[in-house]
Order: sequence, then structure tokens, then C-alpha cells
Amino acid sequence: MATKQVGAKKIRVLPGFKLTLGYTLLYLSLIVLIPLAAAFAKTSTLSWAEFSHDVFSPQAMASYRLSFGASFFAALVNAVFGLIVAWVLVRYSFFGKKFVDALVDLPFALPTAVAGITLATIYAENGWIGHFFSSTSAWHVFFHLPAIKISFTRIGVFVALTFIGLPFIVRTVQPVLEDFDSEIEEAASSLGANRWQVFWRIIFPTIMPALLTGFALAFARALGEYGSVVFISSNIPMKTQITPLLIMTKLEEFDYPGATALAVVMLVISFLILLAINVLQWWTSRYNTDNLS
Amino acid sequence: MTAATTTTQTRPRAILRRSTNEPPFVRWLLIGVALTFIALFLVIPLISVFAQAFAKGFGFYFQSIRDPLALSAVKLTLIAAGISVPLNCIFGVCAAWAIAKFDFRGKNILLTLIDLPFSVSPVIAGLIYVLVFGAQGWFGPWLIEHNIRIIFAVPGIVLATIFVTFPFVARELIPLMQAQGRTEEEAARVLGASGWQTFWRVTIPNIKWGLLYGVILCNARAMGEFGAVSVVSGHIRGQTNTIPLHVEIMYNDYNFTGAFAVASLLTFLALVTLVLKTWVEHKNTALRGTAFTPVPIGKKAG
Repeated sequence: MATKQVGAKKIRVLPGFKLTLGYTLLYLSLIVLIPLAAAFAKTSTLSWAEFSHDVFSPQAMASYRLSFGASFFAALVNAVFGLIVAWVLVRYSFFGKKFVDALVDLPFALPTAVAGITLATIYAENGWIGHFFSSTSAWHVFFHLPAIKISFTRIGVFVALTFIGLPFIVRTVQPVLEDFDSEIEEAASSLGANRWQVFWRIIFPTIMPALLTGFALAFARALGEYGSVVFISSNIPMKTQITPLLIMTKLEEFDYPGATALAVVMLVISFLILLAINVLQWWTSRYNTDNLS
Repeated sequence: MTAATTTTQTRPRAILRRSTNEPPFVRWLLIGVALTFIALFLVIPLISVFAQAFAKGFGFYFQSIRDPLALSAVKLTLIAAGISVPLNCIFGVCAAWAIAKFDFRGKNILLTLIDLPFSVSPVIAGLIYVLVFGAQGWFGPWLIEHNIRIIFAVPGIVLATIFVTFPFVARELIPLMQAQGRTEEEAARVLGASGWQTFWRVTIPNIKWGLLYGVILCNARAMGEFGAVSVVSGHIRGQTNTIPLHVEIMYNDYNFTGAFAVASLLTFLALVTLVLKTWVEHKNTALRGTAFTPVPIGKKAG
């Protein structure tokens, strides 16, 4: 860094570079980097046999399947409905739009524990929404539908993760839709494209990177989610136990090496998703500049 | 958006409707689907919190809130937020100053590292502090020797809260200060202002809304954090329980109404956060958008 400016010392008009950067790096190291390094250091003391015993145990594998599966489907459902919500908020006007727009951020602002106990209660068999799916509800009795249990099952995990991920899609797609130039739509339309073609060929490709980013963000958040799931899931090993909960269980049993091994697996996966999101962002920005020129 | 609406009004409405809008039944269908989804996942849970909280009447509600254990949980939550928010605020301003006002190598890596806590599961955030300060951790023996408790005590809760709220202020300020550039500060300096004068009289007025925005979001998360705090707390009633942990304990004790009564405090906080957030966005439209979403920094300003 310094070698570049050996001859003429670069004059900085603004002060405080060394102080602020130094403090930033110090604080970052103390709070984030060193503690995270501790997880990797702890794992490196394990032998491969110990590590793989913890990481590939049947219980761990079942928890990955649930965590990844439920997170994936939750992100997918959010991608569809989040896109519709974003679309409706940007394009149409209706009563209460501002209220809905502000409310979309509720899953961010509401503490996860509160979300957990609330969702568990309303999606329980006798809950406000859950009773519509129970065997005693009128339409189940009438049509002889099978009852669906939501709270304390895998579906409950999915519901909680959908709640958590909802704002990510809306908030990543919304700005792109707002910036979308309607003249492109008008041009396509005047050249004979119908509304459906305009959406799939013109609008959708433009919002696709943002949609994927939102999906990845929602998926990543859902993978690590703990607070809301722990209440709505029955937390039975091999069945309804997500990976963060398995880590928690191991911690409560003072199995720190086992918990850390699983944590490292989750950390590596999170970092890979973060990398993917960065690539997606780069793709989005490239797409936008192509659009402008 | 405002630009778009003004241009649309100058053109023949019928043609525009047909070309860039859906038929009414599609519109109403989409609005219906969106509102149903919002109702199922957001509105009904929100109403349900307050309905459950007041299920046994106002008397029981206030009794649950005034319970000494609840009050000690509130106190600890205020302590944790009161320490972590200002610290992350100072960090956010420092990081934004260094990143936005100067050029140096590795800036993008630094930006990614600042965002890192957002992609770490709360449980893992707690776990890493146990590995550093816990009895079997790096500093564990030394801490025991000097009779300092961090894990299963208040300092651990504060540290975990700092970790999970780490990026909030920084990620609001960095894009904002990058967009503002450095010319105003440079002008102030050339005109003879000292570094501090420049910061207080030029930079702070420019970033005050962004700073407030970051503080609001940071505070909401700090007061509501559950997973990370749960790992390092040790759940000692009346001593190391924050409000969310107190909610969990009451819920697991089958005191549902009490749990929801205390949870309604946090829900009220969430609603206040949303109102303040909307108000700040209204005051400063540049802040609109990626409020809590961990989108890599640098994109937002554009």
C-alpha cells in the first residue's frame, strides 16, 4: 500500500483516516472475526473421524434435509407471493396500500420469539387459522378432507420460515419494479406483444436477478433461523428438528465439539450463499447498466 | 414513481391502460392474492398477539407486565440495547467515514466482512462467544481464575447483542456517505474548519436521518434478539433473562396469556419501529428500500 506513494507523499484533505479505519478493523476483529475464527480453530482440533461422526450422523443429516427443504420451499413460496405483493404495491393503487407497504417489514421488526409463539398459536389445531385445517372444521366434515396439522409438524417449520423470509423478496424486487421504464413495455405492446408476452419477455427478465437475490437472501435467513421455528416445531430429532436447534441441543448437553462442527458446516454454507448473492448483485448491476446504455 | 405518473397523465389514457396495464379482473385478482397472503402471514398474527395478551382481561395483563421477573427482563433488555446500540453507532460512523471518504485497497472485502454477522445463524453467534469466553473456551481458564463471568452472565448477553446488530448502522451510513461524496467536507477544511468542526457541522447534519434510521433498526433487533442471547444467557430467572427469553419461559410454563402479555410489549416496539421507519423514509426518500435486507453494500445508493 505504502510503496505506491514513496516519492510524493499523498496529501489528504480530510483527517481521521488512520483513526477511523484502525478502529473499524479493531472492532470488526474483536466482535466478529476472532470469535468466528474460534469456531474454525475448535473444529480443527477434531480428527476427521470425530468431525464426520458429528456432521454426517443420521440426526444431522435429517436436520439438514428439513432445514434445506423447508427453507427452499419457504423461499419459493415467498418468491411467488412476494413478487405478487411487490407488483401490487408498485403498480396498483388500492385502499390501505401504504399500510400494507409498511407492514411488509413486520417480520424484520417483530422479535422472532414473538413470531414463534404467535404462529404456533394461530396455526395450532384450535387456532384461528389452524382450525380451518383440522378435522372438526365445517368443510373438512362436509368434504371428508383429511385433517392437516400445521403447528408442531414440518409444515409448521415451513410456515415460520415463510413468515421470516417474506420481506426479503418484496424489498429486493420492489425497487427494480419501481425503476422499470414503462416505455419499454409500451414499445413491446405497440409492436404487437400481448400483456402476457410483455410480462414474460420484457418485465420478468429484468426483475429476475433481483428475484433470485431475494430468494437467496430469504433462503439464507431461513437456514439460520431459530427463534420462530423452535416454538412452532415439536423439535423431535429426525423429524422436526432443524439444524440450528440440533446445535442448540448439543450445546445444552455440553457437547461443544459436536455443536461447533455443525456450526462450521452451516457457516461455510452461509458464506457460499453470501458469495452467490454477491455474484447475483454484480449481475444485477451489470444488467441495469446494459439497460441504460 | 412520481416522474412516471406525471408522464402517464400527459398521454391518452385509454391506449396506455391497454398497453401497460392488466385487465381489471386480473388486477383485482392479484390485489386479492397479495392481501390474502399479507393477512394470513402478517395481519392475523399481529392481531392475535394482542387478542391473546388480553384474553384474561386488563388486570391479568398488567399483573403479567408488572411481575418482578418481567421488570428485571425489561431492565436487562434496556441495558443490552443501551450498550450495543451506541457502540455499533460509533463503529458505523467510523467505518462509513473511512470507507466513504477515503480510497484504499481491500474496501470491498471490508464491506463484505461488515455484513458477515447478518449471514450467521443467531445460534452460531452465541456459540462462538461460548468458544471464546466459556469455561472450556480460549479465555475460559483465565476468566475463572480472575473470577470474571462473561458467559451465562450479562456481559455475554451484551456481546451477543452487539454481534447480531453489528452491521445495522454501518450499512445505512456507508452507501449514504458514499453517495454524498467528500466535496462538502473538503470545502469546509479548505475554508479553515478543523476536523471535528467539519464532522459535527457538515457531516452529521448530512447523515442525521440515515444515522437515525440505522439506530431505529439496530435498536429493534437488539431488544428482540432471541437465539444468540439464548445461547449465552444461562436462563437465570431475574438475572440473565431478557424480554424475549422471559416470553419463552412463560410460554413453556403454559402461562400463555402471560407470555403474550409480555410479547405484546415487544410487538408494540415492533410497531413503533415500523412507524418511525416509515416516518424517516418519508423525511428522506433516499433511505427507501433495503431496510433490513443484507444486500451487499454499495448497491443501495444507486
